[in-house]
Amino acid sequence: MAGKTLYDKLWDMHEVKRRDDGSSLIYIDRQILHEVTSPQAFEGLRLAGRKPWRVDANIATPDHNVPTTQDRQSGVAAIADETSRIQVQTLDENCDEFGIVEFKMNDPRQGIVHVVGPEQGATLPGMTVVCGDSHTSTHGAFGALAHGIGTSEVEHVLATQCLVAKKMKNMQVLVEGKLSSGVSAKDIVLAVIGKIGTAGGTAHALEFAGSAIRELSMEGRMTLCNMAIEAGARVGMVAVDDKTIDYVKGRPYAPQGADWDKAVAQWKALVSDADARFDTVVELKAEEIKPQVTWGTSPEMVLPVDERVPDPALEADPVKRDSIVRALKYMGLSANQPIGEIKVDRVFIGSCTNSRIEDLRAAAEVAKGRKVAASVKQALVVPGSGLVKEQAEQEGLDKVFIEAGFEWREPGCSMCLAMNPDRLESGEHCASTSNRNFEGRQGAGGRTHLVSPAMAAAAAVAGHFVDVRELLN
Amino acid sequence: MKAFTQHTGLVAPLDRANVDTDQIIPKQFLKSIKRSGFGPNLFDEWRYLDVGQPGQDCSGRPLNKDFVLNLPRYQGASVLLARENFGCGSSREHAPWALEEYGFRTVIAPSFADIFFNNSFKNGLLPIILPEVEVDELFKQCEASEGYRLTVDLAAQTVTRPDGKVLGFDIDPFRKHCLLNGLDDIGLTLQDADAIKAFEAKHQQSSPWLFGAIK
Ligand code: SF4
Repeated sequence: MAGKTLYDKLWDMHEVKRRDDGSSLIYIDRQILHEVTSPQAFEGLRLAGRKPWRVDANIATPDHNVPTTQDRQSGVAAIADETSRIQVQTLDENCDEFGIVEFKMNDPRQGIVHVVGPEQGATLPGMTVVCGDSHTSTHGAFGALAHGIGTSEVEHVLATQCLVAKKMKNMQVLVEGKLSSGVSAKDIVLAVIGKIGTAGGTAHALEFAGSAIRELSMEGRMTLCNMAIEAGARVGMVAVDDKTIDYVKGRPYAPQGADWDKAVAQWKALVSDADARFDTVVELKAEEIKPQVTWGTSPEMVLPVDERVPDPALEADPVKRDSIVRALKYMGLSANQPIGEIKVDRVFIGSCTNSRIEDLRAAAEVAKGRKVAASVKQALVVPGSGLVKEQAEQEGLDKVFIEAGFEWREPGCSMCLAMNPDRLESGEHCASTSNRNFEGRQGAGGRTHLVSPAMAAAAAVAGHFVDVRELLN
Repeated sequence: MKAFTQHTGLVAPLDRANVDTDQIIPKQFLKSIKRSGFGPNLFDEWRYLDVGQPGQDCSGRPLNKDFVLNLPRYQGASVLLARENFGCGSSREHAPWALEEYGFRTVIAPSFADIFFNNSFKNGLLPIILPEVEVDELFKQCEASEGYRLTVDLAAQTVTRPDGKVLGFDIDPFRKHCLLNGLDDIGLTLQDADAIKAFEAKHQQSSPWLFGAIK
C-alpha cells in the first residue's frame, strides 16, 4: 500500500465521522475570528440560543478595516467610518459576551489574523485551523490543515467544533534547486500560479516541497501557502522540519515542558511518506525563477520582470485573447510594453502575504540609503501585527523606511483590499506585496501589480518596475 | 432555513460568464453586521447609476434602465439564469444572502464557483448545474418569450420548461435532504454530538496541548 501524504495524515488525525454522502465531520482545533465574517455567525448563534462548543479553541482580532494611522490610538469610538467602527465594536462585544480571547485594536498583539495566529503559537503543527477568510491557507506552512471558510461555517464551527468537508485530491508542487539572491517565496508562488493558472489547484490540497522550499524561512513558507488560494487550492501546506519547530518554540500559546517534547515527537511525523502518491505533481527549477510582476487583472497574468507585456495578437485561443485585451485596457498598458517601463504611482508593502519581519527586512535592505522616487505619490509600509512593528522598530527598519520617504503605519490589512481609508485612486498603478490584483481590489479603477517586498521597494525608489537584483549587486 | 421543495417562477437571464461575488454584492456592503438587508444592493454596480453606500435607502436611486433586472418584463423573477463559473471571487456569503433576499430561490448555470456553490445550499438557495447546451437553450427561450417561467422540482431533480420538456439535474443526496427538509447544518451536525465528544476526549489524550492554552 502506498504511503500517506501530509494531507492524508492530517485528515486522518481529525476525521470524527464519515457521513453517508461521502462528506466527513472534521474536528477543528483552532478558529481565528475577525470583524468582517464573524458578526452574522454570532448573530446566528444567539438567534438559535446556542453557545460556542469550546471557547478556548477560538481567538480573535480585528484587522480588515481598522485604520492604520496614528489617530486610531484614541480608540474604537474614534474610527471615522461608521460601518467600520460598528464592525470592530461588534467583534469586541461578541468576544466579551462569549468569553473569547481577543486582541483588541490597540493591543500590541493585534494584527492581521494570518500573521497573529502563528506569531502567538495559536497556530501549531498538526492542527486543523479555520478562519472566515480565504487566505487561511497561510497556516498550512506549519504542517497544519488550514481552511478558509464562509460565515455559515464560522457559525457551524463555533457551535459544533466541526467542519463538514470532503476529502480533496493531493497535489505536490516540487521546487528543487537554489533561488538566486533577490528572488523570494513570493516569486516562487507567483511563478507557480503563472504556470498552473488560477484554477490549477482546484479541488486539491497543495503541498509545497523540494529543496528550495526546505531552504525557505517560516515567513517565506507562509507567503507560499498564503497564495495557494490564488492557485485555486483551498489548502496549502509545507511539511514540518526543524525550522517549523524552532519557530514555534517559546511562542505564548505553544506547549511547554513535557507537553512540548510529546508534541515535537508527534509533529516530526508530519511529512509526506517517501512512497506517498500525489494525484498531480508540478515541478519548477528554483534557478529559473526570476523576480515576478503581475501585469493583468488575475494573479496568473504574471511574468518575469525582464519580459514584455503579452501581445493579444499572438494568442490563438479566442477566450484568452479576449481576456488579455480586457486586462490590458483596464491596466492601461499596451501590447509588448516592457514590464520595466511600467511606472508606479503608489507602493504598498503589507498584507497577510508579505508583512512579516523578514518581508520588512527585505524591503528595507533595498530602501536603505535610497529615496522614494519623486513621481511616486505614496509608499506605505504596514506591518502585519503590533509585534512585527515593535520588532522592526527595534531593528531600526522604521527609520530606514521613513528616511527613504515611506510612511510607517499601524498594523492591519490596509490597502490590500481597501476596506479602510488606504486605497488607490482610479487609474493609479500600485506595486503591491498583497495577493489579489482583481479589478478594483485596492480601490475602484486601481491597477495592482503583485510583487515581492524587495521588488516593491525597488519600484518605489526607481519609480517603475526594475529587477531588484540590479540594486542589490 | 427555508425548505425548498417545488418552485415555479419567472426567469431572469443574466447573460454574462464569470459573474463574481463582488458584482453580486460589492464589498462596501460587507461592512454590515446583519444577515439581512442586502436585497436592494444585489448587483448594485449594474443596477444603479450611482455608487451605493451601506445603509442607504435605495428607493430613490437612479436605475440603470438597461440592466436585465430593471426591465419591466423581469420584475418579480425568482429563477436566475446565468453563465459559467457563476459566483467566483471572494468567499463572501453575502452573495447568496443578497440573491435570496432579492427573491431568487434558485440559480441555473453550466457551472458555479466552489465556495459560492456551498454557501448557497447553506442558505436555502438552490444552485442547479445544467449542461451548457441546455442552459443556452433556456437563454434563447427566455429571451424570446415574455413571462417565461420554469418549474423546479427538487425531489424529482427536474427543471420543467413551459413547452413541457423536462431537464434532469444531479444533486448531492445529503444536500438535497437538508434543503427538502429545511434542516440547517448545525442542527444536523449536533445529531452527532456524542461522536464529537468521544473524538474530542481521545484527541485531548493524544494532544493535550491543543486544549486550554488560550484563555
Ligand atoms: S491582508 Fe488582505 S488578503 Fe490578507 S486577510 Fe487582510 S484583506 Fe485578506
